[in-house]
Amino acid sequence: MNRYPLWKNLMILGIVLLGVILALPNVFPQDPSIEVSAARRAEMTAGSADEIRAALENAKVPFKRIDTLDNGKLLVRFTSSGDQLRGQEAIEGTLSERYRSALTLSTDLPGWVRALGLKPMTLGLDLRGGVYVLIDVDMEAAVDQALERYVEEIRTQLRDAKVRYTTVSRLQHQVVVKFADAQAREAGYQIIAKEFGDLKLENVDQGGDYLITLAMTPMQEKQLKDFALQQNVTTLRNRVNALGVAEPNIARQGERRIVVQLPGAQDPGRLKEILGATATLEYRLVDTEHSVADAEAGKVPAASRLYRDRDGRPVLLKRRVIVTGDQITDAASGFDPQSGTPMVTVALDAPGGRRMFDMTTENVGKPMAVVFIENRTITKQVDGKPVKQTQKVEEVISVATIREPFGRRFQTTGLDSSEEAHNLALLLRAGALAAPIQIVEERTVGPSLGQDNIDQGMMSVTIGFLAVVVFMGVYYSWFGMVANVVLLLNLVLIVAIMGLLGATLTMPGIAGMVLTIGMAVDANVLIFERMREEIRNGNTPQACIAAGYDKALSAIIDGNVTTLIAAVVLFSFGTGPIKGFAVTLTVGLIASMFTAITCSRAMINWIWGGKRLKSLPV
Amino acid sequence: MREIKIPYIDYMAQRWKALYFSGALILITFVSLAIQGLNFGLDFTGGTVIELGYQEPVETAEVSKALEGVGLTGVTVQYFGSNRDILLRIPPSGETSNAALSQKVFDTLAAAAGGKVEMRRVEFVGPQVGEELTEQGGLAVLYSVFGILIYVALRFEWRFSVGAVAATVHDAIIVLGVFSIFQLDFDLNVLASVLTVVGYSLNDTIVIFDRVRENFRKVRKGTPLQIMNQSVNETMSRTIITAGTVFLVVIALYLFGGETLRGFSLALLVGLISGTWSTIYIASNVAILLGVSPANLAVPKKEGEGAGAQV
Repeated sequence: MNRYPLWKNLMILGIVLLGVILALPNVFPQDPSIEVSAARRAEMTAGSADEIRAALENAKVPFKRIDTLDNGKLLVRFTSSGDQLRGQEAIEGTLSERYRSALTLSTDLPGWVRALGLKPMTLGLDLRGGVYVLIDVDMEAAVDQALERYVEEIRTQLRDAKVRYTTVSRLQHQVVVKFADAQAREAGYQIIAKEFGDLKLENVDQGGDYLITLAMTPMQEKQLKDFALQQNVTTLRNRVNALGVAEPNIARQGERRIVVQLPGAQDPGRLKEILGATATLEYRLVDTEHSVADAEAGKVPAASRLYRDRDGRPVLLKRRVIVTGDQITDAASGFDPQSGTPMVTVALDAPGGRRMFDMTTENVGKPMAVVFIENRTITKQVDGKPVKQTQKVEEVISVATIREPFGRRFQTTGLDSSEEAHNLALLLRAGALAAPIQIVEERTVGPSLGQDNIDQGMMSVTIGFLAVVVFMGVYYSWFGMVANVVLLLNLVLIVAIMGLLGATLTMPGIAGMVLTIGMAVDANVLIFERMREEIRNGNTPQACIAAGYDKALSAIIDGNVTTLIAAVVLFSFGTGPIKGFAVTLTVGLIASMFTAITCSRAMINWIWGGKRLKSLPV
Repeated sequence: MREIKIPYIDYMAQRWKALYFSGALILITFVSLAIQGLNFGLDFTGGTVIELGYQEPVETAEVSKALEGVGLTGVTVQYFGSNRDILLRIPPSGETSNAALSQKVFDTLAAAAGGKVEMRRVEFVGPQVGEELTEQGGLAVLYSVFGILIYVALRFEWRFSVGAVAATVHDAIIVLGVFSIFQLDFDLNVLASVLTVVGYSLNDTIVIFDRVRENFRKVRKGTPLQIMNQSVNETMSRTIITAGTVFLVVIALYLFGGETLRGFSLALLVGLISGTWSTIYIASNVAILLGVSPANLAVPKKEGEGAGAQV
């Protein structure tokens, strides 16, 4: 007789129930919403919701309701995306000083579903609209920068220890320290080995010169790159947060890439302006001992460099950097209480603060400059082919006199407008990038296209599903209906597992789902065809059921495993959209094996298994 | 019990003709690939694609003219789904950054259309990324073929394995051929779809091989060719029904999935037909040509109980 033991039935029932519950949040509609948060130096108060309600009512924009989120932000729900956009205009128009608003999609879950901690599947940017940006981090530049720092530090160390050296310079991936004689090199080696023992040190005699070369070990280089990437991710996150987008996603991808995903972002131009402000900052002393005119004529002193300010005027600065942008921990714009002019308050980290204090103590009354270093990508034609080059643009954005020694906190005053102060603060605070970046891929999907994609996706899933259901019902009668129930279950389980994995549903993902529907019935087709063969061979109905399942099993498993191999390869090689497709395909294959083999058997066993049958409804 | 009566056909009798037919198709594909290649989409070439939605029908010529008016030449303008949706393709250049470029295009066209236009999608892929995607795509196909080769060799036998992979490669080539001959846009989605075809075609092949394996063990009489024929016939109803259901959903995807998925679903449709064909005439054929026979399949110890009851 065809019976499943109780534990097996219970287990199947348990999994099915769990699947239904996990898939449940996806049933509820997604509201176009606006997430409202406090602007800088403002706070959300108990009255915030009322203010926003009043603003919306004033503008006659209908909305569903205003929810308070866990993090104190407010969520305004609308029934249509048209209302949502007008709502944002209304809020931005009247309350933009105190609140930031970001467009988002939010599922309207009843309280008890939310209490269970269930969340719907995340929709990909192609379905909800948004901006996707892939950023390449220039690792070679990160290494170069690190070597430059070594050059600077070795010079300082040797000078402090009064060891005479000829030059310290960077040569490709090495730092080369040149000495006049062997004794000096021996003394120098002691110093350098003490401070930079973890680097690869070598004594080299070359054409009468006594050299020490320093190079990073592969391990150090890897660590450095890792750190550069990590810092860039952090910096970009800070910058993106300044945009006020709901649920931004910034993650590293591979060894030198960063993915930025901004769902519902409306203005890709602004995003790229912020991201593309691939800037670093340096505080340097102004060289007041030498004449700028001489420097312009080509006689730049060895310890100085000629810069230009935004208007193109030359400024002569010391080569030694006091602090760099990555040492800035905070910056805020405000007004100088004495003069009433705009100013920026800057805070540094501890080492930066110490260094700043030392430098300013020695140089009271002298001017100090902030250099803004930006990497712009330009394309040049080389031999008829476009070649991308990163060009470093260095500009002096402010020169200010050191009035008194200061350390970790100080003010920059003398700015032209509060706008300028605000921008400077934003740039300072956003932190510096450890290495220059470049946008190598960008995809923006408008909200209306996203909605179209959802509609078309749902449409094709529904139609494909119905077509298969009708066909199976007609061709395999009652057993066909079992296959249909199982197919529906399969869809539920896919949705549940996707939600559990936190996977994102994309348009190709929907395509994968549609395809899974088509292919999932294959297992049942195989089983039912086997049963029919067994019936033709004249076996008893119950024996046919058992034989149908047993004999079809190897074909089902082998077939699915080979497809699974293709899906896994797709997943590991694919990016973005392809990954989404591979995930749904993989999940679908696994779910369909479970449902088509185990669940359908359980149903058939339960309905027909214990009975004396004359024929099978297949 | 509804059933389509499927006549018993000596499929293998036509195997040489079928092989020549497939060979001819592959030859045509190669010629087309050599002459005109694939019409690689943005994902592989790099560049910018902008999709615009107009409130009223618009002429592509007008759009081109408006763009040329501001010095934007070399932009391909085409309809995307309807005569109100416009797709612009801008080859990788780079004088201006992408943000500035797409904004300039949009502003120009918005001015020309009196503001009745909406930016639906902007995609920019740098040339470097394009190269990587091409490389990764090629590797993905290679690795999946290898993985499958090994799995099938383990579960069956190397002759089956070669047959299955030959059929799979055949299908991939045919899909590429259709995209090359008709110069359809070959983008990442289509590549994914080619890999799915690989998966589907294999699934189909494995089911028949599974039956062949079973019959080799069970049926003592008959040449390998006859057993192959018998197996193909026994599984034919399943082949038709499964192909039918997948066909139904892929048609649904093609008709209702929207313009973005059109290439994807078309590749699936082609692959579906080719996959069914290749299962019979390439996979089985190659296995036969390589001299597959019952003796190749080491009979596992377990076999006695299962088949014993039947014989």
